Amino acid sequence: MSKAQYAIEAEGLTKVFGDNKALDNLSIKVPKGSIYGVLGPNGAGKSTMINILATLLKPDAGQATIFGYDVLEQPQIVRQLIGVTGQFASVDETMSAVENLVIFGQLLGLTTKEAHKKATKLLEDFGLTEAAKRPLKKFSGGMRRRLDLAASLLASPPLIFLDEPTTGLDPRTRTQMWHTIRKLVADGSTVLLTTQYLDEADQLADRIAIIDRGTVVAEDTPDGLKNSIGNETLILTVKDADQTEAAEKIAERITKTDVKIINTRQIIVPIADSGLAIDLLIALRKAKIGVKEFKIERPTLDEVFLSITGKKPKTEAKENENDN
Amino acid sequence: MTTKTMAIPTNLKNHTSVKETLRQTLIMAKRGLIKIRRNPEQLADVLIQPIIFTLLFTFLFGGAIAGDIASYLPIIIPGILVQSVITGSIATGVQLRDDMDKGVFNRFRSLPIARIAPLAGALLADVLRYAIIVTLTMLMGFILGMNPTGGLFGVLAASLLVIVVGWCISWIFAFMGTIMRTSSSVTGVSMIVLMPLTFLSNAFVPVDTLPSILKAFAEINPVSHIISAVRELLAAGTIGTDFWWAIVGSLTIVAIFAPLALHAYKKKA
Repeated sequence: MSKAQYAIEAEGLTKVFGDNKALDNLSIKVPKGSIYGVLGPNGAGKSTMINILATLLKPDAGQATIFGYDVLEQPQIVRQLIGVTGQFASVDETMSAVENLVIFGQLLGLTTKEAHKKATKLLEDFGLTEAAKRPLKKFSGGMRRRLDLAASLLASPPLIFLDEPTTGLDPRTRTQMWHTIRKLVADGSTVLLTTQYLDEADQLADRIAIIDRGTVVAEDTPDGLKNSIGNETLILTVKDADQTEAAEKIAERITKTDVKIINTRQIIVPIADSGLAIDLLIALRKAKIGVKEFKIERPTLDEVFLSITGKKPKTEAKENENDN
Repeated sequence: MTTKTMAIPTNLKNHTSVKETLRQTLIMAKRGLIKIRRNPEQLADVLIQPIIFTLLFTFLFGGAIAGDIASYLPIIIPGILVQSVITGSIATGVQLRDDMDKGVFNRFRSLPIARIAPLAGALLADVLRYAIIVTLTMLMGFILGMNPTGGLFGVLAASLLVIVVGWCISWIFAFMGTIMRTSSSVTGVSMIVLMPLTFLSNAFVPVDTLPSILKAFAEINPVSHIISAVRELLAAGTIGTDFWWAIVGSLTIVAIFAPLALHAYKKKA
């Protein structure tokens, strides 16, 4: 059983809450020893997926195994292999950081002494030693999040679920959190991380699954995903509206990507290599197409979505989409 | 992919043994006690209620019901003991509801521990509340001149019986705590159930004075049996039929409501 190739294997997970299909036939495979990023907007089903994989919620259909153990058939084994850090700190407000960790440690089978030792060590690792005995009510959001993560690590679980670990944190605390997560994997754990931020998935993940409306719409390495949509986006405005289509054709020839017209005089060009931008400008001058304005933008989550799902939150782009 | 991966233990079990369950329950009870120590205000009701109720009922009804205070004490003290403990056990359900609304219960659910431990532990910690109620009420009784002719055994056995019964009954409110949405609705519904149960019993007045319908109810009311058992222990130091009825009734409550509460708790996301 423990010879399972993947840390997580989920097949056809479906979960419906009332009228809302939170998960729709979602399947993922997470290799051992990696950071796997699950990227998606609010309400895409990220937390529902984690709750099912962490045995907190039963799926309506589909199945999932953690290191080969079935989450429905062998939940108590699965619980021995995972640590869960949710979006909302799951620690006890009225107790101190040490008291919280010691209780969790003892529940996991450590003796009082071992639990104290492990708690002290973890608080030290997470820079919480000074605050260890203070009631949690006085903790900042970042401190609480770190304590929550520390609590998930008491049993040194081989698989750790992090549900939006940095949402709402300031940039400095976010960087600290990233550092901690990288260290976990260096120590041999597998991490499944959900996030709304492309740069977070980019910074941390070995592989990324993009989920939208409860299902995986793309899955690749960060580089693979970027190549598919272009590292950066060139937004180009031509002087003469009649030349927009010609510009599009040239851009497609040069970059060999899918160029979109977003309004009468603007095209959006994904470019994997900024050198191509120069080639494109030269080609446009040769074709006597006047360029009024052009700017290069870093890809945002929106653009990843635009390119992968063909849908964009902005209505303007959407309307033009339908014409294609 | 990194080179190092953690080894997965092969000897994992999918169930929790009875010994582990008990241990986890005790740890959860310890957690409950830490919470009480951190927030001693939540003991205010159990500290004040026994004193106020004992004084109030004894002086208010003593003369009218039993002729004088001294002869009312053996009737009213067991009544207040049982009533206060049962009312005090509502707090178990209320606190459980509050606790479950916080993220920490999600963590308990994700841990490889017995499902019943977080519930049983919380209920066990509340035994402290019942012990305080019993001690204070007994103390008030002694101060006012109660003379338990059943001796030390009678007092201890009666105290223990009330505490055990209180713990068993608290499973009803634990169940309500797991199914209801807000803690105030738990309090509300629990009070509606408890008011007739505690007042329509032999707690404060002799059953013979009641109209026939109420009398019939008061006589089959389990609360009456518990109170009678406590009275017998305090007055004579003997264990009679009422004692066994009280025990059987309490265990039945646990047998019904513990699985219900556990089921509802497991289902809650």
